[in-house]
Amino acid sequence: MTLLTRIAPQLIALAALIALVSLFFPGFLAVDVSGGRLVGPVIDVLKRGAPVALLAVGMTLVIATRGIDLSVGAIMAICGAAAALSISSGLGLVPALLVALAAGAVAGLWNGVLVAVVGIQPFVATLILMTMGRGVAQLITEGRILTFSDPGFAWLGSGVLLGLPVPTWIWILTAAAVGLAVRRTALGLLIESVGVNRRASALAGVNATLLLIAVYVLSGLCAALAGIVETADIRGADANNAGLWLELDAILAVVIGGNSLMGGRFSIVASILGALIIQTIGTGILLAGFPSEYNLVIKAALVLIILVLQSPRIAAEWNLWRESHRVQPRERRRT
Amino acid sequence: MLLSIRSLTKVFPGTLALDGVDLDIAAGEIHALLGENGAGKSTLIKCLTGAYQRDGGAITLDGAPIDPKSTGQAQELGIGTVYQEVNLLPNLPVAQNLMFGREPRRFGLIDSRRTRAEAEAMLRQYGLGIDVGRDLGTYSVAIQQIVAIARAVSLSGKVLILDEPTASLDRREVEMVFDVVRDLRDRGLGIIFVSHFLDQVFELTDRVTILRNGRKIVTERTANLDRMSLIEHMLGRALEHEVTGTATDGEIKAPMLQFDGIGRAGVIQPFDLTVGQGEVVGLAGLLGSGRTETAEMLFGLRQSQDGQARDADGPLDLRNPRAAIGAGFGFAPEDRKTDGIVASLSIRENIILGLQARRGWSRPIPRAEQNRLADDYIRKLDIRTSDREKPIGELSGGNQQKAVLARWLAMNPRFLILDEPTRGIDVGAHAEILRLIEDLTAQGMSVLIISSEIDELVAVADRVIVLRDRRHVAELTGAEVTGDRIMRAIAADDEAAA
Amino acid sequence: MNTRALPLYATIAIFLLAYLLAWTQFPNILSTRVVGNLLTDNAYLGIVAVGMTLVILSGGIDLSVGSVIAFSGVFIAVVLRDTGLHPLVVFALLLLLTTAFGAGMGFLIDRLAMPAFIVTLAGMFLARGAAYMLSIQSVPIQHPFYQTLQGAYYLMPGKGRLTLIGVLMLLVVVLGMVIAHRTRFGASVYALGGGEQTARLMGVRQGRTTVLVYAFSGAMAGLSGIVFSVYTGSGYSLATVGTELTAIAAVVIGGTLLTGGAGYVFGTLVGVLTMGLIQTYIVFDGSLSSWWTKIVIGLLLLVFILLQKGLLKLSGSRLAGGAA
Repeated sequence: MTLLTRIAPQLIALAALIALVSLFFPGFLAVDVSGGRLVGPVIDVLKRGAPVALLAVGMTLVIATRGIDLSVGAIMAICGAAAALSISSGLGLVPALLVALAAGAVAGLWNGVLVAVVGIQPFVATLILMTMGRGVAQLITEGRILTFSDPGFAWLGSGVLLGLPVPTWIWILTAAAVGLAVRRTALGLLIESVGVNRRASALAGVNATLLLIAVYVLSGLCAALAGIVETADIRGADANNAGLWLELDAILAVVIGGNSLMGGRFSIVASILGALIIQTIGTGILLAGFPSEYNLVIKAALVLIILVLQSPRIAAEWNLWRESHRVQPRERRRT
Repeated sequence: MLLSIRSLTKVFPGTLALDGVDLDIAAGEIHALLGENGAGKSTLIKCLTGAYQRDGGAITLDGAPIDPKSTGQAQELGIGTVYQEVNLLPNLPVAQNLMFGREPRRFGLIDSRRTRAEAEAMLRQYGLGIDVGRDLGTYSVAIQQIVAIARAVSLSGKVLILDEPTASLDRREVEMVFDVVRDLRDRGLGIIFVSHFLDQVFELTDRVTILRNGRKIVTERTANLDRMSLIEHMLGRALEHEVTGTATDGEIKAPMLQFDGIGRAGVIQPFDLTVGQGEVVGLAGLLGSGRTETAEMLFGLRQSQDGQARDADGPLDLRNPRAAIGAGFGFAPEDRKTDGIVASLSIRENIILGLQARRGWSRPIPRAEQNRLADDYIRKLDIRTSDREKPIGELSGGNQQKAVLARWLAMNPRFLILDEPTRGIDVGAHAEILRLIEDLTAQGMSVLIISSEIDELVAVADRVIVLRDRRHVAELTGAEVTGDRIMRAIAADDEAAA
Repeated sequence: MNTRALPLYATIAIFLLAYLLAWTQFPNILSTRVVGNLLTDNAYLGIVAVGMTLVILSGGIDLSVGSVIAFSGVFIAVVLRDTGLHPLVVFALLLLLTTAFGAGMGFLIDRLAMPAFIVTLAGMFLARGAAYMLSIQSVPIQHPFYQTLQGAYYLMPGKGRLTLIGVLMLLVVVLGMVIAHRTRFGASVYALGGGEQTARLMGVRQGRTTVLVYAFSGAMAGLSGIVFSVYTGSGYSLATVGTELTAIAAVVIGGTLLTGGAGYVFGTLVGVLTMGLIQTYIVFDGSLSSWWTKIVIGLLLLVFILLQKGLLKLSGSRLAGGAA
C-alpha cells in the first residue's frame, strides 16, 4: 500500500472539512504576507495545532504497540512548569529547555517501566501519572501561575521563522525526524511486531521490553515539546490548565488517522492529518461565526461522522459493495 | 438414521467447499470425520451448526428436515458442538458456565443454590465430583472440556460434534474425555469426532468418513481400515514418511553442545544433555512431564538455578531468548498462534523478523534482500500463498508453521528446538516438515524435537530422551529407538528405562 | 476460597488498615459525623462508579459520565428556572434522556464495531457541549422541593447526618450488586468481559447486552447528576470535569480488572470510600496542600495495582504448582 492510498481517507476528510468551513467563511484558504510572516486562518491552524500534532507523533507509536498514553497532558503541565521555573530562577534558555525535556523523558520512563517491566496495562499505568502529574506540576509551581519574560523562550511559542510560526516548524521537524527514524531503520517493523504479538516477537529475539520503554520515553519527549510550546505561547506555566484534556485530542487524532487502537500498522503522517482535522474543526467553528458554546457539540458531531465513515464494519460493507460492482461488468463481458 | 445428510453443497467465491457430500450418523455411534486441512470438514460442521447456510442438499434429524440459521437454533434442534479451544468462560464459576442462560430463578433473580445443585447433579452423571462454585479457569483443560461436553449435551442431547477436542490434552486426560464420550454413545447420542490424531480415531470411533477436496471419499467401519489405507484416502497418494525409522542409524556424532546440571526446583529436575553436530534429539513424555520446560530452559525462557551450558569454545550465556539466539539457538514454540506468528504482519516480515532483531534496529535489511529471502523460503518450504505480502494470519496452520520455521532457518542457527512442530497440521505438511528436518541435519544443524507422536520421534530422532514427572528418566539410542521402547519408558516400565 | 475474590479482600483490608492508621492520629475520624460526611460527599461518585463497574466488567469503558453529570445539573437547573415543572417530573425526564444517551452510545459501539473508548470520548464532548449550550454560567436551583431534599437526613447518634443522598448511594450499590451477581443480564456482562466470541457461542445477545450496559451507565450518570445538583444546589456546565477518571480509579482500586470479566460491585464502594478517606485525612491534617490529594490518589492507585498483580501471580503460581 503506498502512502497516498493509506492517507487518502484523511486527505478527503480534511478537504471536505475545509470546503465546509469555506462555505461559512469564504476566506478560510486565503493567506496574506504581512511583515515577513504569512497570516491567514490556515496558518493559524498550523500554529495552534502544534501541541496536539506533537502529542500525536508520540501517541501514534505508543498506540502501535497496543498501548495508550493518558498522561501526556499532565506531562505537558510538568514540563511547562519545569521550564518556566528554570527560566525564572535565572537558568539560561538552553538549560531550561533541557530540564523540561529531561522531565518529559523521566515521566515517559516511569510509564514505560510500569508497562514493560512491571506489566501493568497501559491504560491504568498511564492513568496513574495522569492523576498524579498535575499534582506534581502544582508542586513545582506551588499552585501559582508562573510567568516569565524571557524573549528567547517566548519566541518558541509565538515567533516566526521563514514566514511560518515557530511552533509549526517544531511539529513539522519532530514529525519528520521521528517518521524518518522509524521508517529508515527497522524500528517501525519492530514496533509493529511488538504491538501485534509481544510474546512471539520476544521469542524471535526482539528486545520488546526496551522497545516499549523507548516508545513511552519518546511520547514523554513529544509531550515535553508540546508543553514548552504551550508555555512559551502564553508566557506562563499554568499547572491546572496546561495541556488539559489534550491527551484525548491526541488519541482522537491518531484514531482519525486510521491507526487501530489494537496496535500494529501505523502511519505518523495520517495521525498528523488527524491532528490538523481536529484543529480545523476548532478554528473553523470560530471563524464560521458560531457562538463558542457550540464548539464542543459541533466537534463531537463531526468526529462521530468521521468515525462512522471509518468504522471497520462500514468499510467492510463498502468493500463488498465495490467488489460486487467490479465483478459484474467483467461477467457481462464474458457472456 | 439419527442424522442424515444428502448431497450437501456449499459454494464460496472461487471454490466449491462441499460438493454433494452424503453422511449418516446413527444413534449410539461415534463417527470420525477425517480429511486434510481444506478437505471440507469444518465447512460441513459449520453447515450443521448453523454458522454457514448451505447452498444445496438436505439435512434431516430424526427424519425431519432441518435448516438451522444459528448455533443457538442448532442447539435447540439437538445438535451441540465442543471445540478445541474450550468455548466456555474461565472467569465464571463452573455452575454458571453449565447453567448459563437457563439458571433457575426466584422472584426474577438467579437462585444460586439451585443453580449449583443442578450443576452438581449434571456433572455427577459424568463421574465428576468437583466444586462447581470455583471458577472454571482454575481447573485443568480436560475437566473444562468435560464441562463443555456436559453443557452441550444438556442443551441439545441428540447429536454431539467434537471438533479436535483432545488437541491440548495429555494421554491421561484424553482417556478421561474418551470415557465420557463412550458413555454418551451408550446413552444413544450420535457423535461426530474430528481429530488429527489417527491413533485416537482407531481407539474411539465406530465408523470413519473421509473427505478430500470437498468430496466424500469413503465411509467405512473403522475396524476394516488400517493406518496406511486411511492416510492414502486422505491424501490421495502414498505417504513417504510413515514410520520407517530411516534416521535411526545409531552412529555417534561429534558433540557440539554440552548442558550440565540445568534445572530448576518445581520446574524440572537438573539434567545433563549432550547434543552432537547434525544430530536429532527427541524428547518424549506426556504433557506436563517437563518436555516444554526443558526446551524453555535451554532457550533462556526460564532461568536455570545451577549448571552451565558449553560448546567447544567455552561457556554459553543463556540468560534470555536474545542471549540464546546470540549463541546460535532457535526455538519454534508449540503454540504458533500466541508464541510464533505475528498475525497481521506479512509473511515476508514474519520471515525476516528474527534476522532483523539480531542485526539491531539501526541496520535495516534492504527491501530487495527481504524480498529475496522471503521468496526463497516460500519456494524452499513450499509455503502455499498467493504472495509474500499476505498477512500470515490468513495462512493455514501448516503454512504458518513453515513460515515460523523459515524465520529460524533464515538466521541459520546451529541448534534448533522444535516444540510439537507438526501438531494440528495436516498430514501432507506433516511429512514435508519431517523431511525438512532431515535435510537440515544433513547440512550439520542439530535439532531437538518434542513430540507427542511417538511414531514421529521414531522416524526422525537419532536419540530419544524420555521424561516423566519433570525428570529425564531414560535415553534411547540407535536401535533402541522404537515405538515400543519409548512407550514402555513413558509408562514407567523400569526394564526399558535401564 | 475463590482466588477471584482475593483483590476484593485486599481492598477491604487496606481500607480498614488505612482507617485504623488515620484513627490513631485523629480519633475524630471515626465519629458518625465524619462517616456521614464521607457518604454524603462521595454519593455522586459512588453512584456513577457503580455504572462504571458494570461497563468495565463487560470489557468496555465509559468516558462520558463526568460530562453527563454536568449536563444533568445544568438541565435540571435550567428547566426548573424556565418552567413550572415539578422537580420529580424533571428528574424523570432527565433519567430518560441520559439513559437513552447511554443506550445510543452502546448501539454505536456495537453496530460500528468501534472501540468504546473512542465512542464515549465523542459522547463526552457531546454531553459537555450540550451543557454549554444550555448555560455557560452556573445556574442556582431555588425550588422549595430542593430544600426539602437537602434537609432530609437522619441524625445518627453522635450528631452525624445520614443524608438522603448518602443512603441513595448505598441503595444503588445494593442494586448494582443484585444486577451484577443475581440476574442473567449480569451473567451476560461478565461473559462479554470474559470473551466476546465465547459469550456469543454461549448464547449471550451481545448487541442487547452492550446497549443495556451503557444505558445503565447513562442512567447512573443521570442519577449521579441529580444527586450532585442536590449536593451543590446548582447546575454548572464546568462541574465534574474528569469525574469519569476518578470513577475508573475507584473501580480499579475496588479490585475490578480493567480488561473486564472479573470484579465486584461492592469493591467499588470500598474504592470510593478509600479515596474519600484520603481527602478527609488531608483536610484533617490541614498542613498538606490540595495537590497532595492528587499525588496520594495516584500513588494509591499504583499500590493497589501492584498488590493485585502480586496476588494474581501468587494464586497463578499456586495453581501451576497444584496442577503439577
